Amino acid sequence: MFLSLSLCLLSVAPQEAPLRAFVGARVLPIAAAPIDDGVVLVRDGVIVEVGARADVAVPAGAEVIDCGGKVVMPGLVDTHSHVGGGWGADSSAPIQPDVRMFDAVDCRNAGFQRAQAGGITTLNVMSGSGHLMSGQTIYLENNDAETIEEMCYRFPDGSPMGGMKMANGTNSQRSAPFPGTRGKSAALVREQFVAAQEYRKKLAAAGDDPEKRPARDLAMEGLLEVLDGKRIVHHHTHRHDDIVTVLRLAKEFGFRVVLHHVSEAYKVIDEIVAADVPCSLIVIDTPGGKLEAMDFDARSAGDLERAGAARLVAFHTDDWITDSRLFLRSAALAVRAGCSRETALAGLTLNPARMLDLQDRIGSLERGKDANLIVLSGDPLSVYTVVEETWVRGERVFDLDDERDRLWAEGGRGAGMPRAGACCCLGGEEDPR
Amino acid sequence: MRLLSTLAALVCAAAPALAQDLAVYAEHVLPVSGPPIQDGVVLVRGGKIVAVGPALSVPVPEGVRTLRAAVVTPGLVDAHSVVGLAGYLNQDQDQDQFDPGAEIQPELRAIDAYNARERLIEWVRGFGVTTIHTGHGPQSLISGQTLVAKTRGATVDEAVIVPRAMIAATLGADSRREGGGKSPGTAGKQLAMLREAFLGAQEYQRKLEAAGDDATKRPARDLRQEALVALLRRELPLMVTAQRHQDIVSALRLAKEFDLRLVLDGGAEAYLVLDELKAAGVPVIAHPPMARYSGELENASRTTPAKLRDAGIPFAFQSGFEDYVPKTRVILYEAAVAAAHDLGPEAALRAITLDAAKLLGLDARLGSLEVGKDGDLALYDGDPFEYTSHCVGTVIEGEVVFEGAR
Repeated sequence: MFLSLSLCLLSVAPQEAPLRAFVGARVLPIAAAPIDDGVVLVRDGVIVEVGARADVAVPAGAEVIDCGGKVVMPGLVDTHSHVGGGWGADSSAPIQPDVRMFDAVDCRNAGFQRAQAGGITTLNVMSGSGHLMSGQTIYLENNDAETIEEMCYRFPDGSPMGGMKMANGTNSQRSAPFPGTRGKSAALVREQFVAAQEYRKKLAAAGDDPEKRPARDLAMEGLLEVLDGKRIVHHHTHRHDDIVTVLRLAKEFGFRVVLHHVSEAYKVIDEIVAADVPCSLIVIDTPGGKLEAMDFDARSAGDLERAGAARLVAFHTDDWITDSRLFLRSAALAVRAGCSRETALAGLTLNPARMLDLQDRIGSLERGKDANLIVLSGDPLSVYTVVEETWVRGERVFDLDDERDRLWAEGGRGAGMPRAGACCCLGGEEDPR
Repeated sequence: MRLLSTLAALVCAAAPALAQDLAVYAEHVLPVSGPPIQDGVVLVRGGKIVAVGPALSVPVPEGVRTLRAAVVTPGLVDAHSVVGLAGYLNQDQDQDQFDPGAEIQPELRAIDAYNARERLIEWVRGFGVTTIHTGHGPQSLISGQTLVAKTRGATVDEAVIVPRAMIAATLGADSRREGGGKSPGTAGKQLAMLREAFLGAQEYQRKLEAAGDDATKRPARDLRQEALVALLRRELPLMVTAQRHQDIVSALRLAKEFDLRLVLDGGAEAYLVLDELKAAGVPVIAHPPMARYSGELENASRTTPAKLRDAGIPFAFQSGFEDYVPKTRVILYEAAVAAAHDLGPEAALRAITLDAAKLLGLDARLGSLEVGKDGDLALYDGDPFEYTSHCVGTVIEGEVVFEGAR
C-alpha cells in the first residue's frame, strides 16, 4: 500500500532519494554473524551499509527508524506458495509446460497481504497440484503493485522469471490421460523431455534460417528453458522412492531441480546430498492426511545439516497448506526437531533465494542487495514474537500499527477482502468495505 | 478402601513401583487451579494425585518411580476432536466420522466407531494430550454422537470415560448439499429440518411419558428418537458447529425453542455476537486459531479467544476436523497461537486443561493438579507453548504413556 502511495507522490513532486537508517536492532544479516545494536542503511531501495552502530555512521539528514529492542532480518523468501487465487494447468492433460502462472495470479488477492504480515517479501507462486507438470511458476516481489507485471522478477532477457512446477507419486495419478502408476508417470515425463531434445536439434539444425525452423511450440519452448537450465524445476515429491526418481530424471536430462515438500527426505539423505540437490521442506503439524505424507517427519532439515548440506535446506508455506503469516513457525518447528537456529533462519532467507536464482538480489542483509527486511518484536523463533513491519526495496508494505494491516495479520471481519487500489484513495476514504 | 491404600503403601515401601505410583519433579509445577509452584513435585498413587507442592515439603516414599521436567502441567484436554474415528491415512477405510446415508443420524454411537489404536491418538498423546472429546464430524446436520476418552487403551472400553458425551450438529456450508434436489440446500431448510426432527422427538417423548410404566402402551423403540429425546431431556448437550454469525444465532434460536443444552463449536464469527452468546449462557469450543481462514472462516480472527475471555464466555480449544493435511491439529500448538494473540499463556493453558474439563462436565476429575483428581500429567522441557520446547512425557492415571521429546 505504502509503496504505491509513495510512487504516486513521487510522480507529483520528485525529490532526491531519501536515506533511511534502521538503528538499534539486533540485526541478523544471515550471511554474517548477528550484530547487536546494529544499523542498516538504505537508499533507493538498496542496502548501502550494514554494521554495528559503533562502526556505521548515520549521515545527517537520514530518516532514522528506531528499532531499539527489535530484531531486524531479511525479508522471508517462500519458495512454494499458492496465494493469489490462480490456477495453472487445467484437467486436460498431465503435462502442460506452456501454461504460465504469470497469466493467472490476482495481484490484489488478500493472500499477498497476509504474506506481508508473515514477513514474506518474495514468493514463488506455483500452479496447483495434480499434474506431472502443471506449468511455469512465477517469482514475485510482494510489493503491493497494481499489476502482476510490476511484481515479477525478470530474467536477464526481460521475460517474467519463474521455474517449472512438476510432481510425482500419488499426486499426479488419476484416470487417463493422466498416469495411473509411478512407472507411467516417469515414462510420460521422459517422453516429453525426449521430444524437447528433438525439438532443440531441429532448432540447432535450422541455425539462423527462419525458413528451416520448426513451428513455434509453447510447450516445447517451456521444456527447452528447463533443459537449458534457465528455468529451475520445482518438484513436488514426498516418498523416498519418488524422491530418488526425481534425482534419476534430473540426471538423465540434466535439468536443475529443487525438491519440494520432501516428507521422507530423512530416508534418502545420502542420495540427496550426493546429487547436491536443494530441498524446500514443508513442515506440517501431523503426519498423514494423505498417503504421501504418512511418514512425514520434521527431522529432515536437521539431518541434511548434519550431513554437511545445511545450504540445501529451505522451508515453504505451500499456502494454504500452511499459513503465510506463520512462516517463521515452520523454521522454529524444524529447530524443535533438531535443526540449528542458524540453518533454520537461512532456510527462510538466503537458501531459498538460491533456489530461485535470486541470491544476488535478496536473502541476506548485505551491501548492494534489495532492501527487503522485516522488523520483529523479538526472537524470530518464538511463538510470542510478531512481525511488526515488512519493508520491500526500502518501502514499508506492512505495519502492524496500521489498522488495515493489523486486520490482515490477525483476521477479523473483512480480512479476506482483496486489497483496494492505493492511488485512487488519496485524500479520501482509504479502503471502503 | 483406606485399608487398600495402606496396603498399597506398604507394598510400595517394601518392593517399590506399583505401576501407577509416580513422582514428577519440575522446576515449574503449573496446577492451573492455583499459582505456579517453583521446584515442586506431583505425587500420584493408585492413579490419583495424592500430593502437589514444593519438593521440600512433600514427602515422597522411597522407591517410587521419579520423572523430572522443567515444567509439568495437567494432562491436556482436547475439547473437540475426531481422532479415533477419522484416521491418519485419510482413505475411505479409515474415515468413520461421517456417514452420508442420512442428514440426521443422532443414533450413531461414537463407541461403535472409535479405533483406540489409531496413530493420530498416539500422535497427540506425545504432546501431552491425555483426554479427548471425539466422535462424529461436522459434515451433516446431525452426524452422530461423541464420546470422551483417555488417549490410551487397546480397546474403546479401556479408553472411554464418557460413552455418550454430546450429539454433533452442523450449520452452514459443511452440512449444505448442493444440487441434485438434495436437502438441505439452504440455511432456512437446515433449520426447518432440525425443527421438524425435534418436533417429532417431542411427540415421541409425549407418548413415552403418557405410557409411564406401562410397557404395552409405549411406542416402539426408535434409536433416533431416543437420542433426540435425550437432548430434549437435557441429559446431554447438542454441540452445534457454526462459523457465520447468522448460523450462530440460528443455533441459539433452535436451542431456545426446544430448551436444549447448547455448546457452540467453531464460532469463527463469535466475536460479532458476544452479547447474544453471553446472554444465552452458551460455552464455545473455539475453532483452531491456525485453521485456514477461507470459506466460512474468511472472517476468522486469532483474537477471538481473547475476546471470549474478556466477555466472560466459557471457552476451550479443539483440534477440530480436517479433511486433508494436517489430518489432526494439536491443541498445544493451537492454544500457543492464541496465547500470543492477546490471550496470554496462563489463560491459554487453562483453556486446554481446566476450562475444557469444565466444558465437558469433568472438572471434578480432570483439568488441574489437585489432590483427588486423576493423575494425568504433561511434562515439558521449557515453556509448553514455545515452538522450540518439547513435550518430554505424558502420564495417564499414573502410567507413563509417552516418553521422549516431541
